[in-house]
Amino acid sequence: MELLIDGLKKAIEMIFSGDPEVFAITWLTLRVCLISILISTLIGLPLGLFLGLTSFKGRRLLLLFINIGMGLPPVVAGLWITMFLWRSGPLGDFSLLYTPTAIVMAQILVSLPIVTSLTCSAFQQIDEKMLLQIKALGATRLQSLMILLKQSKIAIMAAIMAGFGRVIAEVGAAMMVGGNIQGDTRILTTSIVMEVSKGNFDIALALSFILLTAALLITAALTFLQQRKRFS
Amino acid sequence: MLKKRYFAALFAFMLLILSACGNSQTKEADAKTKKAEPKAAPTEMILATTTSTQDSGLLDVLIPMFEKENNVKVKTIAVGTGQALEMGTKGEADVLLVHAPAAEKAVVDAGDAINYKRVMYNDFVLVGPKENPAGVSGDDIQAAFKKLAETKSIFISRGDDSGTDKKEKGIWTLLNIKPAGEWYVSTGQGMGQTLQVAAEKKGYVLTDRATWLAQSKNLSDMQIVVEGGKDLMNIYHVMQVNPEKHDKINSKDAKKFVEFMIDPKTQDVIENFGKKEYGQSLFIKYTE
Repeated sequence: MELLIDGLKKAIEMIFSGDPEVFAITWLTLRVCLISILISTLIGLPLGLFLGLTSFKGRRLLLLFINIGMGLPPVVAGLWITMFLWRSGPLGDFSLLYTPTAIVMAQILVSLPIVTSLTCSAFQQIDEKMLLQIKALGATRLQSLMILLKQSKIAIMAAIMAGFGRVIAEVGAAMMVGGNIQGDTRILTTSIVMEVSKGNFDIALALSFILLTAALLITAALTFLQQRKRFS
Repeated sequence: MLKKRYFAALFAFMLLILSACGNSQTKEADAKTKKAEPKAAPTEMILATTTSTQDSGLLDVLIPMFEKENNVKVKTIAVGTGQALEMGTKGEADVLLVHAPAAEKAVVDAGDAINYKRVMYNDFVLVGPKENPAGVSGDDIQAAFKKLAETKSIFISRGDDSGTDKKEKGIWTLLNIKPAGEWYVSTGQGMGQTLQVAAEKKGYVLTDRATWLAQSKNLSDMQIVVEGGKDLMNIYHVMQVNPEKHDKINSKDAKKFVEFMIDPKTQDVIENFGKKEYGQSLFIKYTE
């Protein structure tokens, strides 16, 4: 218990002393996580919308794979991406392994299925009668899209939050494809693993408090956006 | 129509972000080096090494020195020696710093690594609970292992094909003992975590001295029980990955790194590392 208090003290100390390394690690963590969840949303939202509102052959099968993808273990995602990015791999010429871009790729791989699948179920729940009504009122495609988005805003925000939770908690893939390189690909979760293996539990705890604070602030912002009055 | 434009915009945006993400890093690095010396952008070199060199903090001292001298960006990947050697044979790293001479020899003989140089050593120690239920002591590691197996005392093994793990397995093989059963626990984790498991389970564990010293502040119930034997020496070698066997190997900087590691100046830094904090050297210079 004493360790917990020490860790908290250390975290406050680290934040207020303005340690440039801790700041850089936190900044990189936020940058990587926000970029990956942004890309996941930009792809997953239209994809989920499409899957939720249309029906075509093979749709269920596709949905099945996306749902399986929700449980894709990050280390598996990391392993695949590592093999693709190896110097001897198909994308070796870009030398992307052990770069922040590689971490972003891995995080997209694990969060995209979550965003897509949850968005898809949000749109599938929309009452068919409402769709008919919108059509009957003569809305253009863009107008109906906007109405549908407004209708499912809460569920879409929940999907984004679930995806964000996945990427900020992720460590296995980031370790593998990022390599935990100091000043380059070291993010909060991988440095926590490293500090634990160094035996520096106080620093690890301090970093975990910083990580939790960052996650809390972002989730709070998203929750605020989600819960804002609908038709304001 | 709208959809098409949307996807085009999305694609362009993604490319932008991805490239921005990659570039900002080099830009920062550029800015840093520009301040010091207005030279070309630093080249990148991948160093595959063992966890002990990183966890002890030695690399945090050596790598910045090397980077500054040579305008190189070193990407340190700290993994078990087994994986580091494998990265070398696959051409995924440029230079290796590892500690499993027998396994290294195979890699050098196969021509996957060149410019093989001895750098430093420390030693392995057998650590056990303070009560020492098996009653092992002295400097004879083989006798100690034999006694542990006979008394079925709890033994915690790395089990991750690292240099330390190879050393431990080697001792069992010499004794013709196949350790198995409830008393033999294999963690599959790094040295730090394995020591913590040993402390929780009150077991014996073979560890390198550097990691033990760095961790001992958390392991007040543990102590060194066997140390100092000749066969407990833990030798580190540095080597270049053979550029003729693979594409994209940065052999220019790898060669410089090998030279840097055996340079007398660097050797002094190695020997003085940790003296202040632990009262003894964590690694001792040992070139050929």
